[in-house]
Parts: sequence; structure tokens; C-alpha cells
Amino acid sequence: MSTRHILLGLLAKGPSHGYELKQRHDEHFPQARPLAYGQVYTTLQRLVRDGLAEVEGTDSDGGPERTLYRLTEKGSREVTAWAGQVTPPAPFVANEIFTKVVVTILTGGDPAAHLLAQRAAHMERMRELTALKTAPGADLTTVLSADYALNHLDADLRWMTTTQARLASLTALTMEVDRA
Amino acid sequence: MSNRPAPLVAARDLVKSYGRTPALRGACLEVGEGEIVAVTGASGSGKSTLLHCLAGIVRPDGGTVTYDGKRVDLLPEDRLSELRRTDFGVMFQFGQLIPELTAVDNVALPLMLAGTARGTAQERAEEWLERFGVREQKDLRPGELSGGQEQRVALARALVTGPRVVFADEPTGALDSLAGEQVMTALVGAARASGAAVLLITHDATVAAYADREVRLRDGAVVGAEVPA
Ligand SMILES: Nc1ncnc2c1ncn2[C@@H]1O[C@H](COP(=O)(O)OP(=O)(O)O)[C@@H](O)[C@H]1O
Ligand SMILES: [Mg+2]
Repeated sequence: MSTRHILLGLLAKGPSHGYELKQRHDEHFPQARPLAYGQVYTTLQRLVRDGLAEVEGTDSDGGPERTLYRLTEKGSREVTAWAGQVTPPAPFVANEIFTKVVVTILTGGDPAAHLLAQRAAHMERMRELTALKTAPGADLTTVLSADYALNHLDADLRWMTTTQARLASLTALTMEVDRA
Repeated sequence: MSNRPAPLVAARDLVKSYGRTPALRGACLEVGEGEIVAVTGASGSGKSTLLHCLAGIVRPDGGTVTYDGKRVDLLPEDRLSELRRTDFGVMFQFGQLIPELTAVDNVALPLMLAGTARGTAQERAEEWLERFGVREQKDLRPGELSGGQEQRVALARALVTGPRVVFADEPTGALDSLAGEQVMTALVGAARASGAAVLLITHDATVAAYADREVRLRDGAVVGAEVPA
């Protein structure tokens, strides 16, 4: 996934300028990392260079002049094709929690205590997200993105719970490998 | 711990065995007035036994249970059933509604047992069914309800008497996530509105996230109790 595809998707709603695209982004992807303005402008320039977007004109609206961009035919095909592709299930495990638990075992630390503290942090975040999505008047994108985040945190927690239960044998195994 | 108000419900050093099987080994727990506490833990860790002791359904072998300053574990049986009727609401994984009664009669029953006239009890029951979006199902029997509808009727029955504490044992355990979300939203919304405390048992973190804090049980004792936010 790239900023290119996200901006193409946001331009599909109609011509817009950089400032408004950033706002559209933050509104449609409320739990995502906010887009930086600089990133929006450099990406827009590359989209124009590649023929995926074009300048429609400028509008000043009383304030400073702003460049309006719109999707080209090619850009429209590109974003539709991208959104239709099935995403490959992640082939590698590259997660910080997992890695830290393994490193904690390797360095002779206390993985159980680490998992307990991590669980508390996850639960705290899950409570925030639950409050967000159940607040009166929460809009669809907020609910969808909170659900997405909640399910991923829940998956982490289930892995952490199983790991906690396995820790005795897991630690024994690592020590055997060390001795071999 | 120091400046918190006296807890509404408190368990201290609870011990309980079934024959030679230990279910609780020194479990401690406090629930404040209006507080929503989730108890989580693996299957067999003692969650249901803890809830049964707190709700006065089972007597512990050792330790104390207090409610509003009273020793629940020492109350004689008749006082205990009165307390359960007036101050506690209880809900389980499977609604445990009476199969022969309609939804509205199931909800009206606790009020009628407490002496409310049938007509008034039915009116109040219907208000609760309405609130939880199952009024249209009021004349159906439990067997004719979906799992989510059944749990919302069970929730109405638990809340209709205006309890100060709701004990809910895996109330969403048999539901898919959207139906579970409806039940949790209804439970938490109603408890917050009435100021009732909730002891919520679940093995599902997405359900525990509706509570103010989480208490984890392992082998009949508390392992990690978070401080409320
Ligand atoms: N009525 C009972 N008779 C015999 N053993 C029981 C009974 N209820 C619970 N237990 C045992 O007590 C332990 C704790 O059970 P329970 O409180 O139901 O745990 P949880 O609700 O966390 O799954 C388990 O080992 C269980 O088998
Ligand atoms: Mg249980």
C-alpha cells in the first residue's frame, strides 16, 4: 500500500487540492497515521509526472492560490485495479512484540512479566477504541477503523495468552538448543 | 488503593473446592459503586465460581464476601434470596429464560415475584424490551428467539428490578461478534444510566474492553489487576 494509491482513491471523490486531500485522508482513515502535507505535495507531483493525475486549474477562494488536481482516465483505472487485487497474506512474522518476547527469553529476562505489562497496555488501548466506536454519533469510518484495530490487538492478545501458557516449555526448548 | 471509596462488593482470600478440585485459591476482588469490572482468564481458572460466590449462589469454603458492608457469605438462605431478588441482577451465557413463558412474561417475572401487580410488571417489562430493541418479539417464547435476541431479553430480565449490581457470566459467549456488540452496548449503556455496578466474566478481550478495568484469574487467584484509568 502506498500514499499514491490512497491519494488516487481520495481524488476519485472529485478534484481537490493538497490541503483538502490531507483532510479527506484523516477523515476517511481516522485511526491511521495522519498524512504529512509535504508527503501529499510530493506524491501529487509524481502522480502528474506519471499521467495518473492532472492539474485542473487554480482556485484562491480569497486566500492564497491553490492548485486543483483531478484524476486522469489512467489514474482511475490504476486505483480501481489496485483496490480489486487480493492482498497476499503476510508471509513473514515481523512483529515487535513477538521479537521482544524471543529476545527476552534469549537474554534470560522475564517474558511472563513482559507479557503481563504488554497485556495491560493493549487492554488500555482497546478500552479507548471501544469508547470511541460506541460513542453516540460515531460515524461509519470511525467504527470500521476501530473494529479493525480492535481485532488486531485482540489477535496479539490471544497470541500473548497462548505464549504465556507455553512459556515453561518454550524456555526449556531454548535452553536445550543452547546446550546442543 | 488508599483514597478509593469503600467497595460495593468485595471478595477476600476466597477459597472454594468441588470435592478435591480446587476452584478458588485465595481470590480477592473489589467492585466499586457503578464500576464495570471484567474478570478474564482461561477456562477452568475459577471465573464462574468467583461470580457465584459474589452473587451468593455458592458459599465459599474460606474467605469473605461483603456487599454494601454486609457479610454475604454468612447470610442465612432466606436473607440471601431476598438480597438476590432486590439488589442483584444475574445473566448467563445461555439466557436461562423459562422456555414456557413469552419474552415479556420472562422479564415481568422478577417484578411479580417481588410483589408488583401483573399489569404494571408487564408494562415495565415492555419498556425494557423496547429499550433493547426486542419489543416486537415480546410474545415469542425463548425457543423462537435468535441468540442475540434471547440475551437481550435476559438482560432486560436482569435489569428490570433496578439492581445495584449486575453479575454477567459470559453474556456474549454464544454470540457472533455483532450480536455480542449489541448485548454489550445495551448492558454497559443501561448500567451507566442507572449507576449499577457490573461484574462481567468473559474470555474475550474485545468484550473485556467495555469494562473500566480488567482482573485476570489464573488457577483460582488474581494474577494481574490493573489500576482503574
Ligand atoms: N459444580 C462443580 N462441580 C465440580 N467441579 C466444578 C464445579 N464447578 C466448577 N468446577 C471446577 O472448578 C474449577 C473452576 O471452574 P469455573 O469456576 O467454572 O472456571 P471458569 O468459569 O473460569 O471456566 C474447574 O476445574 C472446574 O472443573
Ligand atoms: Mg465459567
